[in-house]
Amino acid sequence: MIAFDLTVNGESRSAAVEPRTTLVDYLRGELRLTGTHVACAHGVCGACTVLVDGQPMRSCLMLAVQAEGAQVTTVEGLSNPEALTPLQAAFRKHAAVQCGFCTPGILTTMHALLTNEPHADEARIREVLSGNLCRCTGYMAIVAAVLDARAHYAGAAA
Amino acid sequence: MKLPRFDYAAPTSIAQAVALLAQSGGSARPIAGGQSLMPLLAFRVTAPSLLVDLRKVPGLGEITIGADGVTLGARVRWCDIEAEARLATAQPLLRAAMAHVAHYQIRQRGTVGGSLAHADPAAELPGLAVTCDAVLTLQGPGGARRVAAADFFLGPLETALAPDELITAVQFPAWSPTRRWGFQELSRRHGDFALAGIALHFDLVGGRATDAHIGVFGACTRPHRIASAEAALNGQVPAAVAAAVSQAVTEAVTPMDDIHASAAYRRDLAGVLAERALLAAAGETA
Repeated sequence: MIAFDLTVNGESRSAAVEPRTTLVDYLRGELRLTGTHVACAHGVCGACTVLVDGQPMRSCLMLAVQAEGAQVTTVEGLSNPEALTPLQAAFRKHAAVQCGFCTPGILTTMHALLTNEPHADEARIREVLSGNLCRCTGYMAIVAAVLDARAHYAGAAA
Repeated sequence: MKLPRFDYAAPTSIAQAVALLAQSGGSARPIAGGQSLMPLLAFRVTAPSLLVDLRKVPGLGEITIGADGVTLGARVRWCDIEAEARLATAQPLLRAAMAHVAHYQIRQRGTVGGSLAHADPAAELPGLAVTCDAVLTLQGPGGARRVAAADFFLGPLETALAPDELITAVQFPAWSPTRRWGFQELSRRHGDFALAGIALHFDLVGGRATDAHIGVFGACTRPHRIASAEAALNGQVPAAVAAAVSQAVTEAVTPMDDIHASAAYRRDLAGVLAERALLAAAGETA
């Protein structure tokens, strides 16, 4: 076992895991943060994307211990119990969710993209979205929702 | 699949990291971003006794730009290269190729050293390193040695790196003001591995190409320069010899059939990409 500290969704955590434990297995198995989904488990599908120090990373391609000292944000950490976030509201408005399995990874990735690049155009959004597979293939609604949410991020950056 | 069991260490110096690799008798593996190694572990293609994590080793994350070229520390990530605006003039070919490397999330963690050590024949950085005559610095228990990229890549996932050596940096030679470049690759989906790719540069002096470097990746077991294509370009007006260069590339590559594309398709593709890259470099479009 290996012990280390990290912050998950703003809460300090002391972890003790086997070295081989991936970050996604720690988040889901130990912390029961099951909003982060795991599908391919080898870095192809993007379902497990979380934010590590604000940047989107595949949590199946990281050892939990590699998040030592980091600020990890999962899809739960993007949410607000009072109301939908602007990105969530846009996904709802555009019905950008079908089965929903890929949605947490897309929300985390697109939140990071719009935070980094509030004026990302449709081509850029599609390019970045290529790292997240939606097997319902509902990409058009997802792109529309992300485009719609841009105004909020641009306003926040100004 | 869950990863196989291994021990884990996060040393705080290159010397400690190399010592740990040496003590393991060849059964340890370094890890940095893990974007190539973690999938191999998940498939249990490899089962090291120990992972030596480089995240706490200082001095590996820097991009140095000077008169002797561009040096990338082994832990420089793809997103660091994308963010370094000075590379637009210091190494424009490298910077332009970054858009083709994997996906957004992978580019936040994937590292230069990891890609070189992994040596996927379809990866961009090994192709660029060979094309540009880059030189790798390897640190072992007996000290450092420098190895030309052309001598480093031996075959698919096979390199000249000894089990007790670490890649610490790769140096790209200085870019000349008269240099033109082209980069083309084709993959089935955005961010996928290339079916074939071409990187090239040459100096345009008096309208004619000199010092041509034409490299191929993804259509062969390891990236390599193509001397016959370079000979077809040197001394010529680039656009006038595009077809001849393309033909030379097609004849020189030795791809294999696989699930993604046939060898014949890849051979043709490499030639087409070479023509496009050359015309783009010459300021014309295919």
